[in-house]
Amino acid sequence: MSQLFQIDFSSAKRKRIVGIDLGTTNSLVAFMDLTGPKVIPGPDGERLVPSIVSLTPTGEFVVGHAARKLLIDQPERTVYSVKRLMGRGLEDVKEELTLFPFRIAPDSGNVIKLQLGERQLTPPEISAQVLLQLKRNAEAFLGEEVTQAVITVPAYFNDAQRQATKDAGRIAGLEVLRLVNEPTAASLAYGLDKRQNGVVAVYDFGGGTFDISILRLQDGIFEVLATNGDTHLGGDDIDNLLLRIALEDIAAEWGQDLSGHGEAVQRLRRAVITAKEELSYLPFTHIQFEWEGRSYRRELTRELFEKLIAGIVERTLEPCRQCIADSGVSVEQIDEVVLVGGSTRIPLVRRAVENLFKAKPHTELNPDEVVALGAAVQAGILAGEVENKLLLDVTPLSLGIETMGGVVSKLIHRNSTIPTSATELFTTAVDGQRNVLIHVVQGERELAKDCRSLARFELKDIEPMPAGAARIEVKFLIDANGILNVSARDQRTGKEQSVEVKPSYGLTEDQVEAMIVESIEKAEQDFKERQVREARLEADTILAATEKARASDAWLDLSEQERQQITEATNQLLLVYHSEDHHLIRQKIDELNQATLKLAETMLNSAVRAALKGTKLE
Amino acid sequence: MEQPPCWQCNKKYTGLFCAHCNALQCPVDDYYSVFGMERKLSLDVQALQAKFYELSRLLHPDRFTRRSPLERQYSLEASSLLNKGYRVLRNPVQRAEYVLKKEGFDIGEQGTKDVPPELLEEVFELNMALEELKMGDQQARGAVEEARQRFAAMRDEIDRELEQLFQQWDEKHERATLQQIRGLLNRRRYIHNLVTEVENVATLSN
Repeated sequence: MSQLFQIDFSSAKRKRIVGIDLGTTNSLVAFMDLTGPKVIPGPDGERLVPSIVSLTPTGEFVVGHAARKLLIDQPERTVYSVKRLMGRGLEDVKEELTLFPFRIAPDSGNVIKLQLGERQLTPPEISAQVLLQLKRNAEAFLGEEVTQAVITVPAYFNDAQRQATKDAGRIAGLEVLRLVNEPTAASLAYGLDKRQNGVVAVYDFGGGTFDISILRLQDGIFEVLATNGDTHLGGDDIDNLLLRIALEDIAAEWGQDLSGHGEAVQRLRRAVITAKEELSYLPFTHIQFEWEGRSYRRELTRELFEKLIAGIVERTLEPCRQCIADSGVSVEQIDEVVLVGGSTRIPLVRRAVENLFKAKPHTELNPDEVVALGAAVQAGILAGEVENKLLLDVTPLSLGIETMGGVVSKLIHRNSTIPTSATELFTTAVDGQRNVLIHVVQGERELAKDCRSLARFELKDIEPMPAGAARIEVKFLIDANGILNVSARDQRTGKEQSVEVKPSYGLTEDQVEAMIVESIEKAEQDFKERQVREARLEADTILAATEKARASDAWLDLSEQERQQITEATNQLLLVYHSEDHHLIRQKIDELNQATLKLAETMLNSAVRAALKGTKLE
Repeated sequence: MEQPPCWQCNKKYTGLFCAHCNALQCPVDDYYSVFGMERKLSLDVQALQAKFYELSRLLHPDRFTRRSPLERQYSLEASSLLNKGYRVLRNPVQRAEYVLKKEGFDIGEQGTKDVPPELLEEVFELNMALEELKMGDQQARGAVEEARQRFAAMRDEIDRELEQLFQQWDEKHERATLQQIRGLLNRRRYIHNLVTEVENVATLSN
């Protein structure tokens, strides 16, 4: 049998890297164990952590299922689907604001700030809370500190959205070793490479984003040929559509407009989501909603549901066609299609995919979990535990600089395999000019104003020279995370030229640093407290066992000296029991363990003897 | 060209990795050199792909997560070169342009807008037909399609000629051959743009 994953046992002691799917609706954390990728459940046993964050009046963050309840009780302190705002400016999200109950703080500049109770938080800070919860879950499950992660992002995320995700990781105290595109992560989890070499399409329709990627698989290499998508298209849009209809319905029936009522809207949203989910396996269902003693009930057939959402499903198909065209393969050459994301449970979506790709899609793996599992595989690749696989991904959008007249000069084309780079030569326009400003944009349009502004890079302290004499070589490098790095060099002197980055949307380095300091202090505190708690629990166990053993026959078999040693070790442990130093508690636990070794052995032997004799031991 | 000694163990080596301490070296900014190939114009794209995958396994940043910052930087640069090189070298036209540039030829966009004199009349007629089609005259479609096929055939012919010249240069390395290739590439670029434009207009007016 071929080895599923080649495991390097020497790395077992090294720091573990977890894989995280930071989703619009739900988030998950997974890791590689000896048999393959596994999702890590939370303390409540749940595998999905809803990406919902609530700030309690006492200033604590509540995340996940608990926060979902608060979404209804305390909508003004709770936020969901914040991924939609990552790396975006106020201008971009106007449309979202009409559909989502985001409360934008008044002083939002090129980074949106949300009002949560009395605090104002940026989307990366809120996402960091979700990541922190996943980090804690992983630490509790694995019994070790977790500081390194692979985080997935929609393939069609631009530079600012990727940077914002990375910032969120750093704020949560995680070193983000790699951002992986969600559809590609899913293909890793499917292990399709084991079955055959060929071409695979991954259709990823999640809560808030849509991605399509086409890959060539060959002997463990996953080469992305092309990717496309829409970072603002997902199950959320279906929910909003149904919600609008239900609100209108209720307004007509009750003569009462509930749309301004946060709690009612959240309850009704839950009701339409339930109906939507049921229609994936039932021919009809009801939207049921109770409010202040009145009840609303409306039948919804799958047929009508499909008519309503046809437009949304159709919107996923154009990116698919573009992606096929860009990949250089024909539909017939695509061997398999993989479905990812909760929205692919909808039968109409499955039919649309089947029609377009003329292939029956794969649905073996849970579409909610497959991305996290893939992230764990990628973590295994980075840790050197998975040696036979390699992902070669692409940049989803072309990168260019603004030139004369606002026209974009393309430097890196979309669907270029990353890492990739381009070099441009810049000079000065006037005598003695010290600075040069470079405006970098992302997108496919001809004019800079129609593309996404990424950042302005300022070349500083150029030696004063006649106009046009300076020769500054600027290197634009997109790394394996799909994030742009810019460096500059004076061609004449060979010296590094300083570049100042002014991101168009997103946090500056200083802002992120400040947030990290604040959160790390808290996280370290949390982690320490937990360690102490766990050490005390362990002490409780061994103290109770020792106490019990004192009453056994085996205790009498010990020498006086041995008994004294045990008593001494017990007292030592009791002495440090209430200290805040978990290392010390563990040290004393170990000492007591040592002292009671012989006692334990004697007790075990007498238990075995008793068992052999057939007598029952109490 | 002599390579400097290994940055880590200071011994002599050839290739991307030091033969003594296995440290990744600063890559040379040349696509052929990253692929470990001689500068040739004819190449087997299938073999190029195999080589690309093989080298990706060695050079990709995923393989250097737990290595020194310097090696991580070299890995980034080397795999970026490899990726760009694969994109350029697998395409005969881009490959030829790259070699021309490396051999000191200026391969700017000049001349691509000028109609080659021998095509003047045909291009004029095609443009007329295109205008008519854009105005909604579906009868012009036949003439446009006919012209498209003719120009596409011309492009194919150029590709065959290029292939021969590629082999010729690989064998003899004569500058005159490159000169010829450059002329042919300019002509090809013009015809190729024409065909693409015709295809766009034809789909849009459908």
